[in-house]
Amino acid sequence: MTDGNILSLITFLPLVGALVILATRGDEATVARNARYVALWTTGATFLVSLYIWWKFDNTTADFQFVQQREWLGGAINYHMGVDGISMLFVILTTFLMPACILASWTSINTRVKEYMIAFLVLETLMIGVFCALDLVLFYLFFEGGLIPMFLIIGVWGGARRIYASFKFFLYTFVGSVLMLLAIMAMYWDAGTTSIPVLLEHDFPADMQFWLWLAFFASFAVKMPMWPVHTWLPDAHVEAPTAGSVILAGILLKMGGYGFLRFSLPMFPVASADLAWLVFGLSVIAIVYTSLVALVQEDMKKLIAYSSVAHMGFVTMGIFAANQQGVQGGIFQMLSHGWVSGALFLCVGVIYDRIHTREIAAYGGLVNRMPLYAVAFMVFTMANVGLPGTSGFVGEFLTILGVFKVNTWVAAIAATGVILAAGYALYLYRRVVFGALEKDTLKSILDLNRREVVTLAPLLAATIFFGVYPSPIMNVTAVSVENLVTNYTAAVEAYRLAEGPGMMSQVANLLSGN
Amino acid sequence: MENAITSVPDFLPALPEILMAVGAMALLMYGVFRKSCDAHETAYGALALFALVAALLVIEPNASIETFGGMFVVDGFTKFMKLLILLAAAAAMVMSLTFIRREGMDRFEFPVLIVLATLGMFMMVSANGLISLYMGLELQSLSLYVIAAFHRDNTRATEAGLKYFVLGALASGMLLYGASLIYGFTGSVQFASIAAVLQSDGTNIGVIFGIVFVLAGLAFKISAVPFHMWTPDVYEGAPTPVTAFFAGAPKVAAMALILRVLFVAFPSMENEWQQIVVFIAIASMLLGAFAAIGQSNIKRLMAYSSISHMGFAMVGLAAGTPEGVRGVLIYLVIYVVMNAGVFCCILAMQRKEGYVEGISELAGLSRNQPMVAFVMAMLMFSLAGVPPLAGFFGKFYVFMAAVQAGLYPLAVIGVLSSVVGAFYYLRIVKIMYFDEPAEAFVQPMPGELTAILGISGFFTLFFFIYPAPLIIGAQAAVGALLP
Repeated sequence: MTDGNILSLITFLPLVGALVILATRGDEATVARNARYVALWTTGATFLVSLYIWWKFDNTTADFQFVQQREWLGGAINYHMGVDGISMLFVILTTFLMPACILASWTSINTRVKEYMIAFLVLETLMIGVFCALDLVLFYLFFEGGLIPMFLIIGVWGGARRIYASFKFFLYTFVGSVLMLLAIMAMYWDAGTTSIPVLLEHDFPADMQFWLWLAFFASFAVKMPMWPVHTWLPDAHVEAPTAGSVILAGILLKMGGYGFLRFSLPMFPVASADLAWLVFGLSVIAIVYTSLVALVQEDMKKLIAYSSVAHMGFVTMGIFAANQQGVQGGIFQMLSHGWVSGALFLCVGVIYDRIHTREIAAYGGLVNRMPLYAVAFMVFTMANVGLPGTSGFVGEFLTILGVFKVNTWVAAIAATGVILAAGYALYLYRRVVFGALEKDTLKSILDLNRREVVTLAPLLAATIFFGVYPSPIMNVTAVSVENLVTNYTAAVEAYRLAEGPGMMSQVANLLSGN
Repeated sequence: MENAITSVPDFLPALPEILMAVGAMALLMYGVFRKSCDAHETAYGALALFALVAALLVIEPNASIETFGGMFVVDGFTKFMKLLILLAAAAAMVMSLTFIRREGMDRFEFPVLIVLATLGMFMMVSANGLISLYMGLELQSLSLYVIAAFHRDNTRATEAGLKYFVLGALASGMLLYGASLIYGFTGSVQFASIAAVLQSDGTNIGVIFGIVFVLAGLAFKISAVPFHMWTPDVYEGAPTPVTAFFAGAPKVAAMALILRVLFVAFPSMENEWQQIVVFIAIASMLLGAFAAIGQSNIKRLMAYSSISHMGFAMVGLAAGTPEGVRGVLIYLVIYVVMNAGVFCCILAMQRKEGYVEGISELAGLSRNQPMVAFVMAMLMFSLAGVPPLAGFFGKFYVFMAAVQAGLYPLAVIGVLSSVVGAFYYLRIVKIMYFDEPAEAFVQPMPGELTAILGISGFFTLFFFIYPAPLIIGAQAAVGALLP
């Protein structure tokens, strides 16, 4: 095998697994067991193969690597795959979380197991494709295609209000994306291609950038999700099965941030600079407001969902600070949040599988019977808070640092979000884990079994390891981010010299008090 | 141009049409003179005829040839459209086989009428003048009126036929009036000469009136808003395979006609007709999207769905560019294939007591017939325009053209209405997958329905892997229409 098609291999390997599952026959129990094992082996193999690109990845260049290009739609719209320092780790994150998702669904999904596993494997293909695509139309294909399996996962295997949640999820995301599609078309006619590497070099006229930026923003802000279009997320999280929540929080949300990094910032630098105040504003509102909302939640999944929105606020803020620290922090925060929030949902899933409720009030004193669980949950809670030594700290610190260089006020308000995060996360932990074990339903609850330990251990290891030693991630992203930031600054400065400060930035200056 | 009065016209370009006309007569004779002839015999004959005509079309040269005094034209564009019409008509015919037997409308005239309607559509596609346009249109329409009411003991079907006839006659009248205005103000009925006259003399208000009336008549045939009122009633009332036929081939033919009239006869008046097309497109997309939400009958829902799909196709037309026309053609092909698949599923909604049409009857189909439900769900996502399914590419190319032409408001309204439309397509997926199972349908599905559903599903699902043939084919067809 050559390096040229390794990304296609990683992308479509899960699909092969899905086809194998599709072909399984027999009585229901056999099919279910086979489907589970095939899915586990497929996702595991995909993860191992994807490690190959990390191993072979060249840290010293900002160029796209493992590039593959084929004729597809004609008219300069090609099948074009490749990764750089920004996207590569998201591929790894996706393949890393998938086996955990399959394991988490091992016993909790008992109906239509075959279809469930197929949906997950198809979803994995589409998610990896999003991060590998180097053509806008191809990107859109993967980006939107993911809605179909996720819609079905929430709708078929979800909780009581699953239909409402699945429709809300689908339609919200769809509205944002169709506007992006129009922007993609406009870009095609302006630049004559949808190839991302070419578009990164292309200078769009400033007024056009403004509209294109807004159209892309509509899509990514919903996906991210940013306040005030975040309302689909708590619903979708609460109703989705555990593994669905993990995928939603762990990967689907990251597509928004990835989109900002891949498209908004480098392709529309002037508009990004002019509209950064908007992103900052929405980000700090998200951080403070959703943290407060999280404080009063009665439902564990909902609480974590709101905390996700708050954490994504740090990411958007860091990205649009558009300096090395901010952007790298944003990427790190996304990756870290990927496994931390995923793990938190898995933790909720563990006790949900036993007691079948997500009400915080139904728990208490779990530490007495579930010491292992208490330890794992604590580490992830601390990471969610952003305690130094866990991976959650690095990202939050860097984003605040990056923003501080641009706008002190935003950084100051965002920093209060860290305190609030400590508030809701520790409050949740105290109510669920500590205290006396009084409830009868909990008297016979069992600690983590071997499968759950295997599921959570890699996530725990990643949390601690990258919290203490973030270099492996930082080294991968550094050059690409540096390149991005340099180009961005140069483009904005060139424009400012030519045009003088735009009206939007004057408004921004007024608002931010500079 | 040869002199049509003194010399015999060149019949060769019209060979497929002539063959089809003779074949239809032969089938009719066969049915009349053979005692107790049922629809299956003539249906197989008609299918064989279609296959023969298709073969003839394929080997026909691509060059543009005019004959019958310039009133009839064949070129790459007509070839493309005719093949698509044949495909749609053949699919509808195959889909009807089981239905007509079960519902007691197993008479030999049925396939013959479909052949005649198809012949009319061929004439429409090849029409190169106002008179041949009207001839083709009426041959098609009259056959369709009869087919709509073919289930003559059923009050709903006869009502549908009558309604279709009365409103259709009105539309034809408008079209004829418009045609006479155009003839009066330009002095010609042949498209190219009309264009030449308009080019040299400039536009005038009389011709604009003529265009408006002609477009109104044609908009009726593709059931575009505001001439859509007949569609839900006729779709609901007509026998299901007939509805499947209505939703496919006639739309293709009428759209081909609109393309030729606007681009060949009135290219110099693009600014005038573009406004009308933009309005029709927006109105159709919005009405189709919103009105379908409240429907509980799946055939009515598909009626509104087809209204909005015609609106989307018109978006490409509104762009008025070769890219736009290419978008329309790609859209039509994908639409026809998806539609055939959906109607296969509707035709499979059969219980012991008979056919059912309520959307809620689909409940839990994913448990009873997982494969059928899966294909139907994919078709629904595709109709909604979700990538990577085929329907997305249809929308992609028409909106691409609209954006290129700078029609941003149209494009934005279009994509937003596709989101509204997604809601009711998702509702069907929801009923099939999320709801508790209802009583199962009669199983297994008839073989011919399974086959068509399979082909349609395969195309919809895997179109993205190798889209090049269709895109290149559409491109070539556009090249023939707009040299």
